[in-house]
Amino acid sequence: MDLDRIQSTMFDAVRQPLTADEGMRQRTRDGKSLRVIANEIIKPSDRLTSFERLEIYNRQYWFRILAALSEDFPGLRAIVGERRFEKLAVAYLLDCPSRSFTMRNLGSQLEGWLRAHPEQIAKCEQVALDMVRLEWAEIEAFDGAGKPRLTEAELRGLGPDPKFELQPYIRLLDLSYPVDDLLIRVRREGEVAELASNAVTELVHSSARRRRLPKPDRIFLAVHRADNSVYFKRIDQEAYTILCALREGKRLSEAIDAVDWSDRPPEDASAAVQQWFAYWSAQGWFCKTINKQGLEQ
Amino acid sequence: MPANRFNGFTEYGVGIGLRIPHYSHILEKKPVVDWFEIISENFMIDGGRPLAVLDQILEQYRVVQHGVSMYFGSVEPLNRDHLRRLKALVRRTQTPWLSDHLCWGSVDGSYSHDLLPMPYTFEAAAKTAEKIREARDFLEVPIVVENVSSYAEFHASEMTEWQFLTEVVERADCGILLDVNNIYVSSRNHTFDPFEYVNSVPHDRVAQIHIAGHSKFEKYILDTHDHPVIDPVWDLYARAIELTGPTATLLEWDDRIPSFDEVHDEALKANRYLAEKVGA
Repeated sequence: MDLDRIQSTMFDAVRQPLTADEGMRQRTRDGKSLRVIANEIIKPSDRLTSFERLEIYNRQYWFRILAALSEDFPGLRAIVGERRFEKLAVAYLLDCPSRSFTMRNLGSQLEGWLRAHPEQIAKCEQVALDMVRLEWAEIEAFDGAGKPRLTEAELRGLGPDPKFELQPYIRLLDLSYPVDDLLIRVRREGEVAELASNAVTELVHSSARRRRLPKPDRIFLAVHRADNSVYFKRIDQEAYTILCALREGKRLSEAIDAVDWSDRPPEDASAAVQQWFAYWSAQGWFCKTINKQGLEQ
Repeated sequence: MPANRFNGFTEYGVGIGLRIPHYSHILEKKPVVDWFEIISENFMIDGGRPLAVLDQILEQYRVVQHGVSMYFGSVEPLNRDHLRRLKALVRRTQTPWLSDHLCWGSVDGSYSHDLLPMPYTFEAAAKTAEKIREARDFLEVPIVVENVSSYAEFHASEMTEWQFLTEVVERADCGILLDVNNIYVSSRNHTFDPFEYVNSVPHDRVAQIHIAGHSKFEKYILDTHDHPVIDPVWDLYARAIELTGPTATLLEWDDRIPSFDEVHDEALKANRYLAEKVGA
């Protein structure tokens, strides 16, 4: 058997879902005997059959990626409950196996996959989707690119109707539920982990209890970074609209015009905009534009 | 022998893996450590805290990169995005050598995130060596490959693991990261003499040595990096440095990580063997 066939055969076997008691199945999802497959490619030892040896890798594959996904989405886990999370995680990873060299990206398709499989989050669909969006935004904000911030002098030197570039790591979210509070509570109970070298993973079944769901309450969030820590900043809807417009490349006047100001008297609106820009500037949310040659513009 | 072209002619001593639970201790206390090994993939990102911490570490310490997902043994071509990110990190760390594993782990662009064992065939050796050469040419840094712990052997194998390792590194003209814990684990799982392995590899290509702990189960041993190094692994280490000279040594402790001092003290036990065996 050549290298290509050995690898594709073993890879397919290793990625077969585990049984309920976390062992290797007897048959693949398309009905092939895993015992026959194992016997074809793997030698037995004096203590383990070929099947048992292959099973070690099958278990490790699932333990490792389930642990990583579980760690990245503790909020979703808290909303749907531990057993349901494991079930949906297996289904998701079967449909969307990792296509990246880093497990950091394991959850990149989760929101889209859940939208296509609402039965996985039945009875808590919107709050679960909101949580997944927030948790993915947190991952992206944590290690996304940052650019040199605009200084106050540079801000003052901008023309009368400038374009502002937002820091690439900032994520703007329009959410139907206040999932930020829930995630902060859940996160406080979690632990930091990282990718380790060549080490085998144990699957730890978390005892995290299912949380009472928050009541619907539309919020707007900027997920941002300060001193390399991620923060969730609640912002007004008008501020959200302006930031989204700036991110789309609109000029300041266009961004302000994009807002429905009908609920605010003009003097309030003007004061609010000034206050928001002062905060955003102080937080370094606006950055210098770097062209392809690496020159600041 | 210890400073050789495979480790950038450096003479590093005894280091430990840089791990998150130790960040604040290291940055605040600035303990004396010969060098740190980082997992490249944890820092192949665009920004944020991991890179900020790394930059602070680089101001004080020597850092060597160790990867877990290059998959030299996978049939598919090297991932170009991975290589570009890795090269940016190599420039940042100035790592004198770069290690990854002699294994495979991806098929058709899908990743297992595991270090899957190679069938020890001449075809696999040739293909693997070609990819190592390609990576070295792109990254412009010496590459060393690490023997992995394994739990399975293939019917297709045409040679022993140490013969395969030798075949690959000689075809690729690269170095070896000799993991003596992995040799011990595999020797117990596959019933071979670990000293024959250590005695047989090309010692002039050994750029670095890994030591670690593992977990015993009823019928096999798992490489868990969550215990101190056991005596039989220290014995293998002693034999390895007898043959290679005082080689850069790194303790891996990746799970149930104790305090910085406990990890560092465990690593520094290597100095006893270095003094005894090679007078270093």
